[in-house]
Amino acid sequence: MAKIRRNEKREMPALNTSSLPDIIFMLLFFFMSVTSMKEVTYKVQFQNPQATELTKLEKKSLVRYIYVGTPTAEFRKQYGAETRIQLDDAFAEKSDIGEYIINERSSMKEQDQGLMTVSIKADKETRMGIIADIKQELRRAYALKISYAATQRTSY
Amino acid sequence: MAKKVPQINASSMADISFLLLIFFLVTTSMDVNQGLARRLPAPIPPDQKIEDTDINKRNLMVVKINSANQLMVQGQLTDIKQLRKQVKEFVLNVDDNAYMPKLFEEDFGEPIGVQKYTKEHVISVQNDVDTQYQAYLDVQNELVAAYNELRDECARKYFHKGYNELEEDQQKQIQKLYPQKISEAEPKNYGGN
Repeated sequence: MAKIRRNEKREMPALNTSSLPDIIFMLLFFFMSVTSMKEVTYKVQFQNPQATELTKLEKKSLVRYIYVGTPTAEFRKQYGAETRIQLDDAFAEKSDIGEYIINERSSMKEQDQGLMTVSIKADKETRMGIIADIKQELRRAYALKISYAATQRTSY
Repeated sequence: MAKKVPQINASSMADISFLLLIFFLVTTSMDVNQGLARRLPAPIPPDQKIEDTDINKRNLMVVKINSANQLMVQGQLTDIKQLRKQVKEFVLNVDDNAYMPKLFEEDFGEPIGVQKYTKEHVISVQNDVDTQYQAYLDVQNELVAAYNELRDECARKYFHKGYNELEEDQQKQIQKLYPQKISEAEPKNYGGN
Protein backbone atom coordinates (compact mmCIF):
# COMPACT_ATOMS: atom_id res chain seq x y z
CA MET A 1 0.00 0.00 0.00
CA ALA A 2 1.44 3.29 -1.06
CA LYS A 3 1.78 5.87 1.56
CA ILE A 4 1.63 9.48 0.57
CA ARG A 5 3.83 11.62 2.64
CA ARG A 6 3.07 15.24 2.24
CA ASN A 7 4.19 16.99 5.25
CA GLU A 8 7.64 15.56 5.58
CA LYS A 9 10.32 18.00 4.42
CA ARG A 10 12.35 16.66 1.54
CA GLU A 11 16.00 17.64 1.73
CA MET A 12 18.19 18.16 -1.27
CA PRO A 13 20.99 15.56 -1.23
CA ALA A 14 24.45 17.11 -0.91
CA LEU A 15 26.22 17.38 -4.24
CA ASN A 16 29.37 15.32 -4.35
CA THR A 17 32.12 17.81 -5.13
CA SER A 18 35.06 15.59 -4.37
CA SER A 19 36.15 15.53 -8.02
CA LEU A 20 36.05 19.29 -8.37
CA PRO A 21 39.67 19.79 -7.21
CA ASP A 22 40.80 17.24 -9.77
CA ILE A 23 39.06 19.10 -12.55
CA ILE A 24 40.52 22.41 -11.47
CA PHE A 25 43.98 20.89 -11.17
CA MET A 26 43.64 19.57 -14.70
CA LEU A 27 42.80 23.07 -15.90
CA LEU A 28 45.71 24.44 -13.91
CA PHE A 29 48.19 22.03 -15.46
CA PHE A 30 46.81 22.75 -18.90
CA PHE A 31 47.39 26.46 -18.44
CA MET A 32 50.78 25.93 -16.90
CA SER A 33 51.94 23.96 -19.90
CA VAL A 34 50.59 26.19 -22.67
CA THR A 35 51.49 29.57 -21.25
CA SER A 36 54.76 31.12 -20.34
CA MET A 37 55.74 33.37 -17.48
CA LYS A 38 55.82 37.05 -18.27
CA GLU A 39 59.46 37.95 -18.59
CA VAL A 40 59.34 41.48 -17.29
CA THR A 41 56.97 44.34 -16.82
CA TYR A 42 57.07 46.40 -19.94
CA LYS A 43 58.16 49.97 -19.64
CA VAL A 44 58.08 50.49 -23.35
CA GLN A 45 55.15 49.73 -25.54
CA PHE A 46 55.61 47.94 -28.80
CA GLN A 47 53.64 46.14 -31.42
CA ASN A 48 55.46 43.27 -33.01
CA PRO A 49 55.99 43.43 -36.75
CA GLN A 50 54.61 40.69 -38.94
CA ALA A 51 56.44 38.03 -40.87
CA THR A 52 55.85 34.57 -42.25
CA GLU A 53 59.11 32.64 -41.94
CA LEU A 54 59.04 32.32 -38.19
CA THR A 55 60.84 29.92 -35.98
CA LYS A 56 59.94 29.27 -32.38
CA LEU A 57 62.47 30.14 -29.74
CA GLU A 58 63.44 26.92 -28.06
CA LYS A 59 64.81 26.77 -24.53
CA LYS A 60 63.67 29.85 -22.73
CA SER A 61 66.65 29.86 -20.40
CA LEU A 62 68.96 30.63 -23.32
CA VAL A 63 67.02 33.59 -24.59
CA ARG A 64 67.57 37.19 -23.54
CA TYR A 65 65.32 40.00 -24.65
CA ILE A 66 65.89 43.54 -25.76
CA TYR A 67 62.77 45.68 -25.91
CA VAL A 68 62.61 48.70 -28.14
CA GLY A 69 59.71 51.10 -28.24
CA THR A 70 58.27 54.32 -26.94
CA PRO A 71 57.86 54.61 -23.14
CA THR A 72 54.45 53.71 -21.79
CA ALA A 73 52.10 56.49 -20.67
CA GLU A 74 53.25 56.51 -17.06
CA PHE A 75 56.90 56.96 -18.01
CA ARG A 76 56.35 59.40 -20.83
CA LYS A 77 56.60 62.44 -18.59
CA GLN A 78 59.95 61.35 -17.30
CA TYR A 79 61.52 59.89 -20.41
CA GLY A 80 59.76 61.58 -23.29
CA ALA A 81 58.18 59.95 -26.30
CA GLU A 82 61.39 59.03 -28.09
CA THR A 83 62.12 55.39 -28.83
CA ARG A 84 63.94 53.82 -25.91
CA ILE A 85 65.61 50.52 -25.11
CA GLN A 86 64.58 48.38 -22.17
CA LEU A 87 66.81 45.67 -20.72
CA ASP A 88 65.29 43.49 -18.02
CA ASP A 89 63.23 45.85 -15.88
CA ALA A 90 64.86 49.17 -16.61
CA PHE A 91 65.47 51.64 -19.38
CA ALA A 92 68.94 51.42 -20.82
CA GLU A 93 71.27 53.14 -23.22
CA LYS A 94 72.81 51.55 -26.28
CA SER A 95 76.16 51.42 -24.52
CA ASP A 96 74.67 49.27 -21.73
CA ILE A 97 73.84 46.42 -24.07
CA GLY A 98 77.36 45.03 -24.34
CA GLU A 99 77.79 44.85 -20.58
CA TYR A 100 74.34 43.34 -20.13
CA ILE A 101 75.04 40.59 -22.66
CA ILE A 102 78.39 39.76 -21.12
CA ASN A 103 76.89 39.62 -17.62
CA GLU A 104 74.02 37.44 -18.74
CA ARG A 105 76.32 35.13 -20.62
CA SER A 106 78.64 34.62 -17.70
CA SER A 107 75.69 33.62 -15.55
CA MET A 108 74.89 30.77 -17.90
CA LYS A 109 76.36 27.32 -17.85
CA GLU A 110 79.54 27.12 -19.81
CA GLN A 111 78.25 24.68 -22.41
CA ASP A 112 75.21 26.89 -23.01
CA GLN A 113 77.08 30.13 -23.51
CA GLY A 114 77.53 29.65 -27.22
CA LEU A 115 73.84 28.95 -27.67
CA MET A 116 72.59 32.21 -26.24
CA THR A 117 69.98 33.86 -28.41
CA VAL A 118 69.03 37.50 -28.22
CA SER A 119 65.50 38.29 -29.17
CA ILE A 120 64.91 41.83 -30.33
CA LYS A 121 61.38 42.86 -29.55
CA ALA A 122 60.92 46.13 -31.31
CA ASP A 123 57.94 48.13 -32.36
CA LYS A 124 57.16 47.92 -36.04
CA GLU A 125 57.31 51.68 -36.41
CA THR A 126 60.85 51.87 -35.05
CA ARG A 127 63.42 53.50 -37.27
CA MET A 128 66.26 51.26 -38.36
CA GLY A 129 68.93 53.56 -36.96
CA ILE A 130 68.45 52.35 -33.40
CA ILE A 131 68.11 48.72 -34.50
CA ALA A 132 71.35 48.97 -36.44
CA ASP A 133 73.07 50.40 -33.36
CA ILE A 134 71.78 47.52 -31.25
CA LYS A 135 72.99 45.04 -33.82
CA GLN A 136 76.43 46.61 -33.80
CA GLU A 137 76.54 46.40 -29.99
CA LEU A 138 75.49 42.75 -30.12
CA ARG A 139 78.16 42.00 -32.67
CA ARG A 140 80.77 43.60 -30.49
CA ALA A 141 79.60 41.49 -27.54
CA TYR A 142 79.71 38.38 -29.72
CA ALA A 143 76.00 37.71 -29.31
CA LEU A 144 75.58 36.67 -32.92
CA LYS A 145 72.48 34.51 -32.68
CA ILE A 146 69.57 36.88 -32.83
CA SER A 147 65.89 36.66 -33.50
CA TYR A 148 63.61 39.46 -34.59
CA ALA A 149 60.44 38.85 -32.64
CA ALA A 150 57.42 38.92 -34.92
CA THR A 151 53.91 37.61 -35.18
CA GLN A 152 52.55 35.41 -37.91
CA ARG A 153 51.28 37.37 -40.87
CA THR A 154 47.82 36.33 -41.86
CA SER A 155 47.33 38.46 -44.94
CA TYR A 156 49.39 40.72 -47.09
CA MET B 1 38.21 -5.05 13.29
CA ALA B 2 40.01 -2.23 11.49
CA LYS B 3 39.59 1.18 12.93
CA LYS B 4 37.77 3.58 10.68
CA VAL B 5 39.85 6.54 9.66
CA PRO B 6 37.83 9.73 9.86
CA GLN B 7 37.41 11.33 6.46
CA ILE B 8 39.32 14.52 5.86
CA ASN B 9 37.23 17.40 4.81
CA ALA B 10 38.46 18.18 1.31
CA SER B 11 35.89 20.76 0.34
CA SER B 12 38.43 23.59 0.51
CA MET B 13 40.71 21.76 -1.91
CA ALA B 14 38.72 23.15 -4.80
CA ASP B 15 39.17 26.68 -3.51
CA ILE B 16 42.89 26.21 -3.14
CA SER B 17 43.29 24.88 -6.65
CA PHE B 18 41.10 27.67 -8.00
CA LEU B 19 43.40 30.14 -6.34
CA LEU B 20 46.43 28.52 -7.95
CA LEU B 21 44.71 28.47 -11.31
CA ILE B 22 43.87 32.15 -11.14
CA PHE B 23 47.39 32.99 -10.04
CA PHE B 24 48.82 31.25 -13.09
CA LEU B 25 46.30 32.82 -15.41
CA VAL B 26 47.36 36.25 -14.23
CA THR B 27 51.11 35.81 -14.23
CA THR B 28 51.55 33.98 -17.49
CA SER B 29 51.00 35.04 -21.03
CA MET B 30 49.68 32.97 -23.86
CA ASP B 31 51.80 34.32 -26.68
CA VAL B 32 54.55 32.07 -27.90
CA ASN B 33 57.91 33.61 -28.52
CA GLN B 34 58.64 33.33 -32.15
CA GLY B 35 60.65 35.36 -34.54
CA LEU B 36 62.82 35.54 -37.58
CA ALA B 37 66.09 33.89 -36.67
CA ARG B 38 69.20 35.49 -38.15
CA ARG B 39 72.90 35.32 -37.54
CA LEU B 40 75.05 38.40 -37.28
CA PRO B 41 78.52 38.47 -38.77
CA ALA B 42 81.43 38.37 -36.35
CA PRO B 43 82.77 41.78 -35.36
CA ILE B 44 85.64 43.31 -37.25
CA PRO B 45 88.72 43.57 -35.05
CA PRO B 46 89.50 47.23 -34.34
CA ASP B 47 92.98 47.06 -35.83
CA GLN B 48 91.61 45.85 -39.13
CA LYS B 49 90.46 48.37 -41.64
CA ILE B 50 87.09 47.98 -43.24
CA GLU B 51 87.85 47.09 -46.78
CA ASP B 52 85.42 46.39 -49.50
CA THR B 53 85.84 42.75 -50.21
CA ASP B 54 86.12 42.25 -53.88
CA ILE B 55 83.00 40.46 -54.93
CA ASN B 56 82.50 39.89 -58.58
CA LYS B 57 79.70 42.15 -59.65
CA ARG B 58 77.67 39.37 -61.19
CA ASN B 59 77.64 37.50 -57.87
CA LEU B 60 76.17 40.38 -55.97
CA MET B 61 72.53 41.27 -55.59
CA VAL B 62 72.00 44.61 -53.93
CA VAL B 63 68.74 45.25 -52.13
CA LYS B 64 68.36 48.77 -50.84
CA ILE B 65 65.56 50.16 -48.73
CA ASN B 66 65.25 53.92 -48.45
CA SER B 67 63.72 56.09 -45.77
CA ALA B 68 60.32 55.98 -47.48
CA ASN B 69 60.43 52.17 -47.30
CA GLN B 70 60.84 51.87 -51.06
CA LEU B 71 62.78 48.98 -52.40
CA MET B 72 65.53 49.02 -54.98
CA VAL B 73 66.81 45.73 -56.30
CA GLN B 74 69.79 45.77 -58.66
CA GLY B 75 69.22 49.45 -59.31
CA GLN B 76 65.54 49.18 -60.08
CA LEU B 77 62.52 50.18 -58.05
CA THR B 78 60.77 46.96 -57.11
CA ASP B 79 57.70 45.88 -55.25
CA ILE B 80 58.20 43.70 -52.19
CA LYS B 81 55.98 41.04 -53.73
CA GLN B 82 58.41 40.59 -56.61
CA LEU B 83 61.43 40.19 -54.37
CA ARG B 84 61.04 36.52 -53.55
CA LYS B 85 60.79 35.54 -57.21
CA GLN B 86 63.79 37.65 -58.11
CA VAL B 87 65.92 36.20 -55.36
CA LYS B 88 65.04 32.67 -56.39
CA GLU B 89 65.95 33.39 -60.00
CA PHE B 90 69.18 34.98 -58.87
CA VAL B 91 70.22 32.09 -56.64
CA LEU B 92 69.32 29.45 -59.20
CA ASN B 93 70.57 31.14 -62.37
CA VAL B 94 69.05 28.39 -64.46
CA ASP B 95 70.23 29.48 -67.88
CA ASP B 96 73.71 30.69 -66.92
CA ASN B 97 72.93 34.33 -67.47
CA ALA B 98 76.05 36.48 -67.60
CA TYR B 99 74.47 39.01 -65.25
CA MET B 100 73.70 36.41 -62.62
CA PRO B 101 76.08 34.53 -60.32
CA LYS B 102 78.69 32.21 -61.69
CA LEU B 103 77.82 28.52 -61.68
CA PHE B 104 80.05 25.92 -60.12
CA GLU B 105 79.71 22.18 -60.48
CA GLU B 106 80.03 19.98 -57.44
CA ASP B 107 79.04 16.57 -56.16
CA PHE B 108 76.53 16.83 -53.33
CA GLY B 109 76.35 13.14 -52.55
CA GLU B 110 73.43 10.78 -53.03
CA PRO B 111 70.72 11.33 -54.14
CA ILE B 112 71.38 14.86 -55.36
CA GLY B 113 74.49 13.98 -57.35
CA VAL B 114 76.52 16.43 -59.39
CA GLN B 115 74.78 19.76 -59.62
CA LYS B 116 75.49 23.24 -60.81
CA TYR B 117 75.08 25.87 -58.14
CA THR B 118 75.88 29.49 -57.47
CA LYS B 119 78.55 29.05 -54.87
CA GLU B 120 79.62 32.64 -54.50
CA HIS B 121 76.38 34.56 -54.71
CA VAL B 122 75.78 37.21 -52.08
CA ILE B 123 72.64 39.17 -51.35
CA SER B 124 73.46 42.47 -49.79
CA VAL B 125 70.81 44.33 -47.82
CA GLN B 126 71.36 48.01 -47.23
CA ASN B 127 68.97 50.23 -45.38
CA ASP B 128 68.66 53.82 -44.38
CA VAL B 129 68.64 54.98 -40.76
CA ASP B 130 65.07 56.11 -41.22
CA THR B 131 63.79 52.89 -42.71
CA GLN B 132 60.89 51.44 -40.77
CA TYR B 133 61.57 48.25 -38.86
CA GLN B 134 58.58 46.56 -40.46
CA ALA B 135 59.87 47.30 -43.97
CA TYR B 136 63.29 45.98 -43.09
CA LEU B 137 61.81 42.84 -41.61
CA ASP B 138 59.61 42.36 -44.67
CA VAL B 139 62.71 42.29 -46.84
CA GLN B 140 64.55 39.92 -44.50
CA ASN B 141 61.46 37.76 -44.40
CA GLU B 142 61.20 37.57 -48.19
CA LEU B 143 64.88 36.65 -48.49
CA VAL B 144 64.57 33.87 -45.93
CA ALA B 145 61.33 32.75 -47.59
CA ALA B 146 63.06 32.52 -50.96
CA TYR B 147 65.77 30.28 -49.52
CA ASN B 148 63.23 28.19 -47.62
CA GLU B 149 61.22 27.68 -50.79
CA LEU B 150 64.28 26.65 -52.78
CA ARG B 151 65.34 24.19 -50.10
CA ASP B 152 61.88 22.79 -49.79
CA GLU B 153 61.55 22.31 -53.53
CA CYS B 154 64.89 20.55 -53.60
CA ALA B 155 63.90 18.32 -50.68
CA ARG B 156 60.68 17.32 -52.41
CA LYS B 157 62.50 16.61 -55.65
CA TYR B 158 65.22 14.39 -54.24
CA PHE B 159 63.89 13.07 -50.94
CA HIS B 160 60.14 13.27 -51.64
CA LYS B 161 59.63 14.94 -48.30
CA GLY B 162 59.43 18.46 -46.98
CA TYR B 163 62.68 20.09 -45.90
CA ASN B 164 61.61 20.16 -42.27
CA GLU B 165 60.99 16.43 -42.19
CA LEU B 166 64.48 15.51 -43.39
CA GLU B 167 67.29 14.10 -41.32
CA GLU B 168 69.97 16.50 -40.22
CA ASP B 169 72.62 15.33 -42.67
CA GLN B 170 70.13 15.46 -45.52
CA GLN B 171 69.36 19.05 -44.57
CA LYS B 172 73.08 19.76 -44.58
CA GLN B 173 73.33 18.48 -48.15
CA ILE B 174 70.63 20.87 -49.25
CA GLN B 175 72.10 23.71 -47.25
CA LYS B 176 75.32 23.21 -49.14
CA LEU B 177 73.45 23.41 -52.42
CA TYR B 178 71.63 26.59 -51.37
CA PRO B 179 73.86 28.36 -48.88
CA GLN B 180 72.11 31.28 -47.23
CA LYS B 181 74.25 34.27 -47.98
CA ILE B 182 72.61 37.43 -46.82
CA SER B 183 75.07 40.13 -46.04
CA GLU B 184 74.23 43.27 -44.21
CA ALA B 185 76.35 46.28 -44.91
CA GLU B 186 78.10 48.14 -42.17
CA PRO B 187 75.60 50.85 -41.27
CA LYS B 188 76.05 54.00 -43.29
CA ASN B 189 73.91 57.02 -43.72
CA TYR B 190 72.49 56.95 -47.19
CA GLY B 191 70.93 60.00 -48.70
CA GLY B 192 67.28 60.72 -49.04
CA ASN B 193 66.01 61.82 -45.70
